[in-house]
Amino acid sequence: MTDATATAAAAGQRRMPAPAGARSLVSLRGISKTFSNGTLALKDMSLDVGAGEFISLLGPSGCGKSTALRIIAGLGEPSSGAIEWPGATHDARGKPEREIGFVFQEPTLMPWATVAANVWLPLRLKGMSQRTARDQIMEALAMVGLESFADAYPRELSGGMKMRVSIARALVTKPKLLLMDEPFAALDEITRFKLNNDLLELWEQFGWTVIFVTHSVFESVYLSERIVVMAPRPGRVFRELTIGAPYPRSEEFRTSPEYGDYCRLTSDALHAAMAAGET
Amino acid sequence: MSAIAAAGERQNREAAEAVPEAGFRETAGVRALRIIVPTVMLAIVLVIWQVWTTLAHVPPYILPAPSRIIQSLATDWPILLPALLVTLKITFTSLALALVGGGALAILLVQSRWIELAFYPYAVILQVTPIVAIAPLILIYTPTTQIALLICAFLVAFFPVLSNTTQGLKSTDHNLLNLFELYGASRWQTLWLLRLPGALPYFLAGLKIAGGLSLIAAVVAEFAAGSSGAGSGLAFRLLEAQYRLNIPRLFAALVLLSATGVAIYGVTSLISWLLLRKWHESAVRREN
Repeated sequence: MTDATATAAAAGQRRMPAPAGARSLVSLRGISKTFSNGTLALKDMSLDVGAGEFISLLGPSGCGKSTALRIIAGLGEPSSGAIEWPGATHDARGKPEREIGFVFQEPTLMPWATVAANVWLPLRLKGMSQRTARDQIMEALAMVGLESFADAYPRELSGGMKMRVSIARALVTKPKLLLMDEPFAALDEITRFKLNNDLLELWEQFGWTVIFVTHSVFESVYLSERIVVMAPRPGRVFRELTIGAPYPRSEEFRTSPEYGDYCRLTSDALHAAMAAGET
Repeated sequence: MSAIAAAGERQNREAAEAVPEAGFRETAGVRALRIIVPTVMLAIVLVIWQVWTTLAHVPPYILPAPSRIIQSLATDWPILLPALLVTLKITFTSLALALVGGGALAILLVQSRWIELAFYPYAVILQVTPIVAIAPLILIYTPTTQIALLICAFLVAFFPVLSNTTQGLKSTDHNLLNLFELYGASRWQTLWLLRLPGALPYFLAGLKIAGGLSLIAAVVAEFAAGSSGAGSGLAFRLLEAQYRLNIPRLFAALVLLSATGVAIYGVTSLISWLLLRKWHESAVRREN
């Protein structure tokens, strides 16, 4: 393991990154996706996601990062290749129980339902009444600091708060894997930084696995243990980078020379990926 | 953890200040003016009308004074009220049928492309064919005139409900559909918890149009059917008053029809506002 991990462990971190080669939560094996209009959105993508990892998929638009995320979520089947869930139990039809939370780029809340009812949705669809789910709903809202807004309607909230509700909804089922599709891309920088910090704190505390899609080099370096740089036309994995900086990461890390170095490295990889897409 | 919550709280407070509660900051004075201005306007028109017809000696069979119309409303009430009730009955029954039928068919249409292909063109054809032209045919096929009128009014009011609701059911947020799929929602859950609430504003827009149209259709259908005698609606009384040159009564019948139309508009708007005021942009009053 790297020095960074050792330092983190010595500092008595609440959480340690999963050692490489540990039990993986989900594995993509040669996934390709061709859309009905003939576009090859994703070509031969392979990725092992270890339990507890924070992985970013970074790339320009059209590199298939959202497509990959949706396939992992089970929204649309891959044209070829397989997804394996080694540890998951299987339901009656032989499908793996994915235990996923998904956060979209838009908050994607139901405008006619209160914040609490929106967070209730995943449990409601499983047949849980609002009364039974109440504790879980409030717990999820407390995680994102919105417990006093349970009865508000989405239109009464700011963009950042709507996104927090969306995250609370993804967390209410206590998923093993949190999939986030450019969740903060539409927010202003101040709000984005704040939500980045909050997300990291929650991740360190609860230790889920996160796959985070972004087109921001800075965001991916700040958040992730591992960055998967993807290239467009056709969408494919271009390079994998490990960000060895220890957690917890805070504003200090954001302004450190180490962070700058990682960003330069990642940015170079991204430019190389985009150049590869041009040809 | 507490740091997150505290920071979240701070942000919450800012947002809470920025967004006023339901946006009801209209002062009582402004609200009163909303009622006073149109009322004064009406009073002025009525006074001018009254004074002019009196001074110029306009005969009541050309243009009756407002006082004559009110008088006619009072004296002819025993004739006008049963007619009004008949018209109201046709209007509201046809509206109810249109809401149920239009809503149900819209739900059916969005279930499959094939059903839509099979039905939608005929719904359009029924709509675009002038109701007056179909009325004689319907009169032949139905046992009583009342049922014929009901069918005519239904055919007119039905389409705006159908087309609006269909549009609404098709406009469901795609990401929310994905979310429902992700959490393994059944077809029924998706319809009940997502598609129907999302289509509600569209359905209510259809309701507002259908409400006015059902009254118009009830009157037009009665003209077309040429129904007469006891048990007829206001349209018959209008024609009857015209033949007898009883222009004050004609005006009185018109007043009743207008009042009914205004009341229907008011009630449908109120229902729409009550159902949407918490969340839909159309019903939320904003400052700035």
